[in-house]
Amino acid sequence: MLATPALAETGPAAQGLRTLSGWGRYPRASSEILAADAPGTLPMLLRGRRGVIARGAGRAYGDAAVGQRTTVLTGALDRLRGFDPATGRLRAEAGVTLADIVRTFLPRGFFPPVVPGTQFVTLGGMIASDVHGKNHHREGGFGAHVEALTLLTPDGVPRRCSRDQNPDLFALTLGGMGLTGTILDATFRLRPVESGWICQQTRVAADLSAMLRTLDEDDAATYSVAWIDCLARGAALGRGLVYRGEHAARETCRAAGRDAFPIPARSRLTVPPGLPPWTLNRTSVAAFNALYFRRGAAAEGRARLVPWQGYFFPLDGLAAWNRLYGARGFVQHQCVVPRRGAEAVLSGMLDRVARLGTASPLAVLKRLGPGGGGLSFPIDGYTLALDLPANAATFALLDELDRSVVAAGGRLYLAKDARQSRETFEAGYPALPTFRDLRRQLGAEGVLASRLSVRLGM
Amino acid sequence: MAGTLLLVGATSDIGHAVAARYAQAGWRILLAARDPERAQRNADDLVARHRAEVGLLRLDILETDSFAAWLDGLPALPDTVVCAVGELGDQGRAEVDPAHAEGVMRTNFLGPSLLLGLIAERFAARGSGAIVGISSVAGDRGRGSNYVYGAGKAGFTAFLSGLRNRLAKSGVRVVTVKPGFVRTRMTRGLRLPPLLTGEPSEVGQAVYAAAQGGGDVVYVRKIWRLVMAVIAAIPEPVFKRLNL
Repeated sequence: MLATPALAETGPAAQGLRTLSGWGRYPRASSEILAADAPGTLPMLLRGRRGVIARGAGRAYGDAAVGQRTTVLTGALDRLRGFDPATGRLRAEAGVTLADIVRTFLPRGFFPPVVPGTQFVTLGGMIASDVHGKNHHREGGFGAHVEALTLLTPDGVPRRCSRDQNPDLFALTLGGMGLTGTILDATFRLRPVESGWICQQTRVAADLSAMLRTLDEDDAATYSVAWIDCLARGAALGRGLVYRGEHAARETCRAAGRDAFPIPARSRLTVPPGLPPWTLNRTSVAAFNALYFRRGAAAEGRARLVPWQGYFFPLDGLAAWNRLYGARGFVQHQCVVPRRGAEAVLSGMLDRVARLGTASPLAVLKRLGPGGGGLSFPIDGYTLALDLPANAATFALLDELDRSVVAAGGRLYLAKDARQSRETFEAGYPALPTFRDLRRQLGAEGVLASRLSVRLGM
Repeated sequence: MAGTLLLVGATSDIGHAVAARYAQAGWRILLAARDPERAQRNADDLVARHRAEVGLLRLDILETDSFAAWLDGLPALPDTVVCAVGELGDQGRAEVDPAHAEGVMRTNFLGPSLLLGLIAERFAARGSGAIVGISSVAGDRGRGSNYVYGAGKAGFTAFLSGLRNRLAKSGVRVVTVKPGFVRTRMTRGLRLPPLLTGEPSEVGQAVYAAAQGGGDVVYVRKIWRLVMAVIAAIPEPVFKRLNL
């Protein structure tokens, strides 16, 4: 076989046992690492193996992309297979990153229909997690835009799946956490945009009910997302800033003297390793939050042009920001609660988080529209995401919060999860029995397994 | 000025990074691979990403008898040829299986050298062209852990050196590129010594710059020149006892 010089020059063993974690650096587990080199060689690589899961960019926060025994890196599956500028239709391999897609096609006037909070994810990961963006209320999740995909099922056969071909397999693969097969490639359409700028309008919400009202008013907006000051208590509980966004027209950019598709500057900021766990403490975060809130309030109402990176991926400019929480890591708790009764549930949660006082400056609230079914996370309601240090006090608090979420008919996002219980998972995802049936039919049980799927009995 | 690139070894990640760099500069790309079906994804990528004009041809680097007719059959003589063919093989197996060792030597040395030699004749007759051979730091000194591969690359390096010397006044450039460790997409997330490890795109850029006149023997990361100079300078009585 013609080995690539790439491999020839790689030198000492690149594969073997490694300690792996997700983006939150909690939990950590040992796993054998395999690297796929092309879609065509994956069936051979996986033959006869059990306890395997694919890992794209490793940006799931918890243990979703850590194999029970073996983790397959899909980063080499990074080729674009076809692009039609007339329709925006792109076919790409599963390991292509969103950053690559944006960098390649935004200068040509195209933008993905749905983007999550970081561009450093892979296409396969976006589908497996059915990621949502700041436009879920209008566009649904990323999965809703996938026209077709090729799935390597546990029998070693690559299958084309779409709404017409293998429709059940297709539907449960969107949000299926890589547990129905390994996604090899996918086809979806990019949207034409006139510029790389977002016309952003900031509104201030003085408390939680104002916040929810403001988010509801944004149902007609293309994008909408809110930052919440999760240390605010009492009358200010749930206060924050709501950012509405629209793709800026070429004319708007010209009038503002901006290049429609500027070449992005590379960020050089990196969080150093080894920060002590108290770097983010109540005082530093409260100071940040107060300042941030005041700055936002000063900008209220006026529409201004912001670069796409800043609007969609604010944290991507700070490399390795997951080190902010020190060596023990952190968890991101992201739940969704149905609209009805949401205010009571969310205010109860925020109050408890504010009392604990260890919340990060990065708390995000969004509206979600009707969901995609299966194990896809979104349901019609509001989603709240909080970063908290991984420690016993956090876990005790989150167990309580989980119960209130599930009691209200909500659920937790699997792509972020590192610690929820089977009970909350089962209560939150009524499609689970259907999903398990499909796994049984596919022969996927025990064959495709991540630490997440074992922990939650998927 | 954009022309036509012939890339031999088109399924390789480094080769693909080279082709991408040329496609970005507006070059037409001819890809040659033993298994064109496996190289199709690379051809597609160049078209989708760079709107490149791409052709895909079958060529087996071990079928040396076929080279002359194959070159005659090309739509036109390319302006630049890059050979990214390589096979690491299995050193342990090569020690006891001469057929395996021979395959490694033929793939790394004989095939690429004979092909580039024939292309050099055609370039010299035309009076222009650039020839880039992707060799390896492993050819700079034979080491116990990979000397069959290293010997093949050493032969290739020597061949390119001689070709360069002979054609220096003919208008044909001959470039030797030694990548060192490369972080391919395959190894993302794994630990390689950061200072010594380049990205495939760095190799692509290094090849492109060197072919346009930027160097004769190129270590993609400059530090490798120093590392290999040190390794080459270790006296043999010491070297032979090292675990390299």
